[in-house]
Amino acid sequence: MTEDRKYGAIIIGGGHNGLVCAAFLARAGQSVLVVEAADQLGGAARNAEIAPGYTAPACAHILHLLHPRVRSKLKLRRHGLKLAARRLPTVALDPDGNHLTLGGGRIAGTVPEEDARSWRRLHKRLLRMAGALHPFLGRIPPRLGGESWQDRLTLARLGLSLRMLGKAEMRDFLRIVNMNAADLLDDELSDDRLKGALAFDAVLGTNFGPRSPGSVLTWLYRLAGEAKGGRSGLALPAGGMGAVTDALAASALDLGVDIRTGTPVRRIVVEDDRAAAVELESGNVLRTRAVVSSADPKTTFLDLVGPEHLDTGFLRRVRSIRTNGLAAKLNLALDELPDFPGLDRAALGGRLVIAPDIGYVERAFDHSKYGEYSAEPAIEITIPTVHDASLAPGGGHVLSAVVQYAPRDLKGGWEAHRDAFADHAVAAIARYAPGLAGRIVGRQLLTPADIERDFRIAGGHWHHGDLAVDQMLMLRPVPGWAQYGTPVAGLYLCGAGAHPGGGVMGAAGMNAAQRILAARKAGNAA
Amino acid sequence: MTTKPLYQTPLLETPFHARTAPLNRVNEWSRWAGYATVDCFTDLPGEYFAIRHAATLFDVSPMVKYRIAGTDAERYMNRLLTRDVRKLKQGRVAYAIWCNDDGKVLDDGTVFRLGASEFLLNAQERHLAWLQDSAPGYDVTVEDVSESIAGLALQGPLSCTVLKAMELDGIADLKPFGIAEFDVAGTPLTVSRTGFTGDLGYELWIDPARALDLWDRLMEAGALHRLTPIGSQALNLARIEAGFIQTNADFVAADHAVRPTRQRSPFELGLDWLVDFDKGHFVGRRALLRERETGSRYRLVGLDIEGRKPAHDALIYHGKSRQVGMVTSAMWSPTAKRNIALATLDAAAADKAGGLWAEIYVNKEMKWEKTAARCRIVARPFFDPPRRRATPAPDY
Repeated sequence: MTEDRKYGAIIIGGGHNGLVCAAFLARAGQSVLVVEAADQLGGAARNAEIAPGYTAPACAHILHLLHPRVRSKLKLRRHGLKLAARRLPTVALDPDGNHLTLGGGRIAGTVPEEDARSWRRLHKRLLRMAGALHPFLGRIPPRLGGESWQDRLTLARLGLSLRMLGKAEMRDFLRIVNMNAADLLDDELSDDRLKGALAFDAVLGTNFGPRSPGSVLTWLYRLAGEAKGGRSGLALPAGGMGAVTDALAASALDLGVDIRTGTPVRRIVVEDDRAAAVELESGNVLRTRAVVSSADPKTTFLDLVGPEHLDTGFLRRVRSIRTNGLAAKLNLALDELPDFPGLDRAALGGRLVIAPDIGYVERAFDHSKYGEYSAEPAIEITIPTVHDASLAPGGGHVLSAVVQYAPRDLKGGWEAHRDAFADHAVAAIARYAPGLAGRIVGRQLLTPADIERDFRIAGGHWHHGDLAVDQMLMLRPVPGWAQYGTPVAGLYLCGAGAHPGGGVMGAAGMNAAQRILAARKAGNAA
Repeated sequence: MTTKPLYQTPLLETPFHARTAPLNRVNEWSRWAGYATVDCFTDLPGEYFAIRHAATLFDVSPMVKYRIAGTDAERYMNRLLTRDVRKLKQGRVAYAIWCNDDGKVLDDGTVFRLGASEFLLNAQERHLAWLQDSAPGYDVTVEDVSESIAGLALQGPLSCTVLKAMELDGIADLKPFGIAEFDVAGTPLTVSRTGFTGDLGYELWIDPARALDLWDRLMEAGALHRLTPIGSQALNLARIEAGFIQTNADFVAADHAVRPTRQRSPFELGLDWLVDFDKGHFVGRRALLRERETGSRYRLVGLDIEGRKPAHDALIYHGKSRQVGMVTSAMWSPTAKRNIALATLDAAAADKAGGLWAEIYVNKEMKWEKTAARCRIVARPFFDPPRRRATPAPDY
């Protein structure tokens, strides 16, 4: 059945990027509908009940990249977004209990004075470089060889922005940008705990180990999001990551966006070579001037549009996007706060990192190259209940961890190995928190295969595709199509698979909205 | 067939090699799709005139052949090719081109519709990766069957006569671009009324193991009709007269071109008639729609050139001063009695009437000289005998 109402835009997927795009379009006067397959909005940025009364962040657990324009223009604070904690320190866990606490460029703990100085300098240097990249996160990537002044201007700005670092620093940028993180850290620092924790930062959510070429770029890219993304630094939203989604949804609704959950899309209807409608699994057809997909590019093009509307070369590129995730999510429900010897309650409110040295992270990565999970995984932990008791019943706590590496295509399949891997992850944490196992009242592990199924992300990759130099900026999602448009007129991408990628940033959704509005203004039948 | 490992056989032998090699008295060979192929058996004029006045055999086994089969074969082919494959009936052949995303031609060839959901695609170049990368989402299998089909082109006014002498019942009624199946001493023989000479002619397809037997039967049946084996040189003359273009001779296959500006669209090759915008999406359609709006840069044309000197590799000038293009294939046509050529011109120059000059280079005993000859754009084919289309095929 074809419904009567024709929308200005239909957004497929009510994750944060879908909601951001919808809100920005509605803010400009467009009639917008968001259709979400799951019963809950938020995608990977939602809450999950992992045991009765225990609320954990389903996937994403730290808010540090949210683009400032998203926050301000969509009035997220007015729509209920509050932070339970900000400027979380990073605690580099040490097997002997000599933990280091990093906050910005400062280090607390026993560390050689020279390392403390070197890290302060390196941190500043990296932040300056990341700052030069930052403006491009919130901008539509330029077309190479493009004829519009806008393309040239953006390219010129990128060049200028790097040049403004000064001659020496620009040279330094060009020197290190293709290096691996381990070499850079070995050049500058000596303390293993420090280097390990920083090396892990460089490869979080990527298919890299610290010794993979290009891992400095992924680190800078992450820092670019952080550099200006949040004066709040690493933050935890009050009410869990789902609260960000709630605020975005409230903002969107306030701007007049229609939202339907539990509404999976079967296909994007292409008529006369234009995306003309969305056909739901229910069989209903919703007509629209534009379809905006926050689904990953492979799902969008291979499943929803279908090859009959696309060219072979384009499909080749889409199929070649590296989308295999390798970060697993472990959520534990605990009956009381775990005891990490050497850390007090305040420290447990920080971001705890298990990456005692570079070799540990690299060895963890090695397994994934051969389709195995890491026997001793590198782990990022938050315990949001330290700051927000409402997330667990009476004195209970929630431990949320990103566990690397868990390759999506595990030898032998995840069904046979999920529990064993979860055991390894718990054991790795328990090495720093001896009584942990006895406090667990609920345990949930999402492997990339689970994320692929539950969140409908091809490959289960949190960025919808590796962030690496060949899949970034003008090359994201595929070369030639980095401006959120697609070969099918009236079809746009607004998800993490587009520039600038994943993390709860919202920039992809915001930039896509800008692109669609510009096309409308130009009278392109968008 | 050879049993040596491939690396020891840089040039393969076709299934007809045992017959063509002894006949190749001047021993002129060249390379075609990895096979040794005869340039000329004895004398070029004799072979050429046999095409136009008798009957000829040319070994087309090196032709690259793909079998595409499956319930979605028609949909698949319709997206791959620029023309509407749905209109191609079973047992019929169509000339076709296919493009990359940018609407530039990857190759041309013939499509045989063998069944409701089975096609054979014959091509000059290899395309397996492209064809397979076009397949996901379609229930089709794409298979390179180049080595499992031996082919002979039987061309010339007496070609039907030869086949009748071989007792292929009803062959005279086979229409141009038709396919018929026969049984020759227990072996299936596929005959298509197709060819590259622009004359009456057929192509014969058979199991390579039976190739030599087919050759012998044809030579025996054609003995009284001056059936002449020919090499690629004679064939090339006939195909120029027919006005046919050849991939990587008259244009660069898009996936071979190092310089993007060397790629050619169907419009630039004068193949507009092969592009069907009304059939739904096909690879390159969006780019071609844009080109239709903005205009093409080049035009491939037939030229009639003053004088008798073949304009090989000639540059074409407008008003004797401004270079506007170049010749890609040229010959003095003994049959049309015209000095003809295929040339690629800047679109603007091609659209202007008149004023074109060919700068022809002639080597006179180690001394290059150039002459300017007036030329004009003419319709192709340069030679188009009624027998090419006549059904039943005429008996001489």
